[in-house]
Amino acid sequence: MMESAIVSCHDSTIQEIGIERTLYPYVTGTSVLGMKYKDGVLLAADLGGSYGSTLRYKSVERIKPIGKHSLLGASGEISDFQEILRYLDELILYDNMWDDGNSLGPKEVHNYLNRLMYNRRNKFNPLWNSLVLGGVKNGQKYLGMVGMIGTHFEDNHVATGFGNHLARPILRDEWREDMSFEEAVKLLEKCLRVLLYRDRSSINKFQIAKITEEGVTIFPPYSLKTFWAFSAFKNPTKGAEGSW
Amino acid sequence: MALSRNWMYENNGGTCVAIAGADYCVVAADTRLSIGYSIYTRDYSKICKLADKCVLASSGFQGDIKALQKNLAARHLIYQHQHNKQMSCPAMAQLLSNTLYYKRFFPYYAFNVLGGLDNEGKGCVFTYDAVGSYERVGYSTQGSGSTLIMPVLDNQLKSPSPLLLPARDAVTPLSESDAVDLVKDVFASATERDIYTGDKLEIVVINASGIRREFIELRKD
Repeated sequence: MMESAIVSCHDSTIQEIGIERTLYPYVTGTSVLGMKYKDGVLLAADLGGSYGSTLRYKSVERIKPIGKHSLLGASGEISDFQEILRYLDELILYDNMWDDGNSLGPKEVHNYLNRLMYNRRNKFNPLWNSLVLGGVKNGQKYLGMVGMIGTHFEDNHVATGFGNHLARPILRDEWREDMSFEEAVKLLEKCLRVLLYRDRSSINKFQIAKITEEGVTIFPPYSLKTFWAFSAFKNPTKGAEGSW
Repeated sequence: MALSRNWMYENNGGTCVAIAGADYCVVAADTRLSIGYSIYTRDYSKICKLADKCVLASSGFQGDIKALQKNLAARHLIYQHQHNKQMSCPAMAQLLSNTLYYKRFFPYYAFNVLGGLDNEGKGCVFTYDAVGSYERVGYSTQGSGSTLIMPVLDNQLKSPSPLLLPARDAVTPLSESDAVDLVKDVFASATERDIYTGDKLEIVVINASGIRREFIELRKD
């Protein structure tokens, strides 16, 4: 079900022999959600890796800790996410090698990712991801998003992909400053459940990750209870039946 | 979901306005960041202070805007180190034009309005297109709501024709508070009909005593 390129990248832009660049994504992850709460930041994502319309991989961890102060979640091409993790690995390594007691906080990592994504876009070879970066440093909570071409912002709650359409309205309505961990997880689960019902590429296997001043905790995967027996699901065209 | 020709650009919406007065300049922009029919955030500033008396407001593709503003801010820092003074607004205006034209064949998708005080302390506004063509004017607007706002500003601020001789001043005789009220009114109007404009309005006023900022709520729908 891979749509072929509407207009190939080659005709109008540079044609180089033997150079490979990302033209379309192959194995993709769907939405990542993030929100600030009283003690820090929570990120949530499912563990699915889709190959077009096939659900190929069901244990893809799309949220990873970065350094001491940040968590990175990614949707989009999984191999590009792994490449980003390699870039960040090197960044954190060089930061540690200074051995000066300082460490890169979430703002700095977000800025780095921002420049990285924009730079790749300028070279016509994008990293096909939407990234969510959350963290806490010196008591200051931070949550931001970076898109494939370098669009970025920070907010109290963020989401990528379908999450923007389905989860953010819920978060805009129900998010408050100073939510406890339990309240925040409940709200995230509400959003995840909606995504599960309505996003074709999401699966019922989620991971929630938490970051506070003390450190990172990535909880083991779990499933949400779903209910498919709503009467509206049973006869969806009742009241407006068509001929097909 | 493959690459089409325009994958490297997107329009994140928003509107910018600037009005020049006899001894002040008002620069304003909304704070909504959009993508398609969604809103990313209601709280993103499009205004960047480049120098003591020089402020840039840009709308368009946010990745390019951020890169452009960073570029100019860095160049200003170098200028300060080399010349031991702040860049004047007309100087920054030319720098912006050159920076934009430098990428003539892969443009910054940024529609800019530069406002500040010139060397004599008079308000100045420069308006740009995406590839650097610019002009000093008494007032201007760029962005998704510009077509809604520009006619209103033309009506209220009655700019003299550039063909007149002797040349007449384009800056408005309006007082600073009147100009700020006009800006609030035009944004309220643009918010009604432009889906990409709204949430909050950031107003920056530059005058002899410095720079001050205020925020006004706009409709969030």
